[in-house]
Amino acid sequence: MLPADVLIDSAQILALLALITLLTKPLGGYMAKVYLGERTLLSPLLSPVERTIYRLAGIDEKAEMGWKQYAIAMLLFNMFGILLLYSILLLQGGLPFNPQKFPGFSWHLALNTAVSFVTNTNWQAYSGESAASYFTQAAGLAVQNFLSSATGMAVMIALIRGFSRRMAENIGNFWADLTRGALYILLPIALAAALLLVSQGVIQNFSPYLKTTLLQPIAGPGGRIIAEQTLPMGPVASQEAIKELGTNGGGFFNANSSHPYENPTPFTNAFEIFLILLIPAALTNTFGRMCKSQRDGWAIYATMMFLLVIAVGALYMAELGGNPLLALQGPNMEGKDVRFGLGGSALFSATTTATSCGAVNTMHDSLTPLGGMVPLLLMLLGEVVFGGVGSGLYTMLAFVVIAVFTAGLMIGRTPEYLGKKIEITEMWTSVITVFTAGILILILDSIALVTTAGTGSILNPGAHGLSEILYAFASPSNNNGSAFAGLNANTVFYNVLLSVAMLGGRFIPAVAVLWMAGSLVRKKYIPPSVGTLPTDGLFIAWLAAVILIVGALTFFPALSLGPIVEHMIMSGGY
Amino acid sequence: MKDIKRAILVLLVFTILLGIVYPLAVTGAAMILFPKQAAGSLIYKDNGTAAGSWLIGQSFTDPKYFWPRPSATADFEYNPLASGGSNLGPTNLVMIENVRKRVKVLRDSGIKGSVPVDLVTTSSSGLDPHLTPQAAFAQVPRVAKSRNIPEEELKSLVMSQVEKRQFGFLGAERVNVLKLNFAMDEVEK
Repeated sequence: MLPADVLIDSAQILALLALITLLTKPLGGYMAKVYLGERTLLSPLLSPVERTIYRLAGIDEKAEMGWKQYAIAMLLFNMFGILLLYSILLLQGGLPFNPQKFPGFSWHLALNTAVSFVTNTNWQAYSGESAASYFTQAAGLAVQNFLSSATGMAVMIALIRGFSRRMAENIGNFWADLTRGALYILLPIALAAALLLVSQGVIQNFSPYLKTTLLQPIAGPGGRIIAEQTLPMGPVASQEAIKELGTNGGGFFNANSSHPYENPTPFTNAFEIFLILLIPAALTNTFGRMCKSQRDGWAIYATMMFLLVIAVGALYMAELGGNPLLALQGPNMEGKDVRFGLGGSALFSATTTATSCGAVNTMHDSLTPLGGMVPLLLMLLGEVVFGGVGSGLYTMLAFVVIAVFTAGLMIGRTPEYLGKKIEITEMWTSVITVFTAGILILILDSIALVTTAGTGSILNPGAHGLSEILYAFASPSNNNGSAFAGLNANTVFYNVLLSVAMLGGRFIPAVAVLWMAGSLVRKKYIPPSVGTLPTDGLFIAWLAAVILIVGALTFFPALSLGPIVEHMIMSGGY
Repeated sequence: MKDIKRAILVLLVFTILLGIVYPLAVTGAAMILFPKQAAGSLIYKDNGTAAGSWLIGQSFTDPKYFWPRPSATADFEYNPLASGGSNLGPTNLVMIENVRKRVKVLRDSGIKGSVPVDLVTTSSSGLDPHLTPQAAFAQVPRVAKSRNIPEEELKSLVMSQVEKRQFGFLGAERVNVLKLNFAMDEVEK
């Protein structure tokens, strides 16, 4: 690679991040209006639909809920979501839109997949083109792509109300928040994005798979001649759009966003990265606006962007250096497609793991050791660098509470944030939110490492095998869903254990956050005084430090035995 | 208890709206606005049969064709029913040995100078239709020799097939191997 290539790659990365920054305020403002129930540009079109949904389901959208009722509604909705999806997956063989006649999933794969899509994880132990019917993809999986992200946003909005309301009891109506998020935010953007993707070559049809003749017949295994290839088909674009927009990440095909039918051009690649970041970035502004302090929204935005830029830079440099063991010039191209370029590959890998998306256009298992440590670390930090739609920001706010509290202790200020006093309940719930994933990872990881059922699935030997297992629990516990995909995860052991990780990693923090909202909403507002810790400026650096210290202290031992040892092997030679 | 009923009803309403109406609406609009893309950017021969897709790579082993990148798809290379990469890690001896073997095959086929790294590593999709321009140009002598055409002529054909970065700064410069091989067969006719 020439220095000019590196410059152009950097330009692509910076242009995309600048565009996201530009759109944060307008989209953040629009989303605030949606959740406040104000009229928007799309109201004439969508509010009849919204009212119809409320009428059909018997919802009074003005009836507010306390945190417990909100949490119960959220849990019930997601529980039925898992049940419905589980049934669709089991019964797939008898359902319509199944031209390839795929049979139902095994019970453990169905369980894993249903939990995975409802928890916004989209960990996939199946391969789309050879296992999932069009009905499963569109009416099962894609529906949860919308609803799981709408759920994440609803919980986030409830937390915002905890900060913005004073001496109140209620934190909003879950059904209204869910419906508005799906209808006014996700659906219109997904619709437009899907068509833009089709224009570039992402497929969208319900045709059966298509047999085509090869230009040159090739020799297949066992000496048989292969003269045809079968092209998979399906409603890909409609799913691709929401897969990125909702930070879901579940690929229509096994190769996910590196498949040319999911991501055909450099533009679709950049556009998909854009979609992944769009809502998590804009939510920081929605938060700032609804709390009447856009500065605090931007402070969080700045912390996230700072960490993302460092991550992208580190990943890019590691891959640019290539693999010395191959004795070839050039970057590491194992597991990368040519059209994205190194910039488009590195930015995608960092973005998809900084957010909890988990779509991939690069096989993370084949990244260089330090390059692969970046996605791993971004997940281990708790998915707060923009993070999942809604969940990223609420986990980040838990970190903010911890940062405010510790800074307050150190310099003798009263810990308060946005005029709300930080007390024991806020600390408890924040610690639960931040540490649930870490505890799950370390415990489940240890189980996998000392059982043959766990280690038997490893593809790559040595230090890399440890990274594979660490990644396999880091990803679902943080609801990311990307993988070091060499690990054979479609076993009863992994399907069940990872279902536990996904459920715990999703709903324990979500309920803790609602509990925090319920506690905050009762408090009175304390106007800022000289004793108040400023939560912008230098605080941004402090917040980033707290995130890094917590992540490093929890996982440094594991990281040093995995990626860091492997890096030494790679650079020192065998 | 009322919330149980609501949960079920909201789920069903959204399954119809987002799971049936939305994908059908996108399909309808796509078939009107971008019918070729929606159907898979298919290549049709003169007799009307489909000969693959411009977006999906195919395997080539004959010296008279440009060879694509190696592919890690199961059963056979560039099997579109098994998309995916090798998932082999950077220190995995299997991966290193694979690369060494591929370099040897290329050397035996007459490639000189440094071996372009994309030509000996498997892609992420396993269906990568592209090569870097360097990897295409490196194969010009072999292809020219086996087709009995001047190298310069073939070089300019490859040059005409180089796709620039999209909008000047997105992605990487690349050559679509399938397009290039089709173009050569066209010229030969």
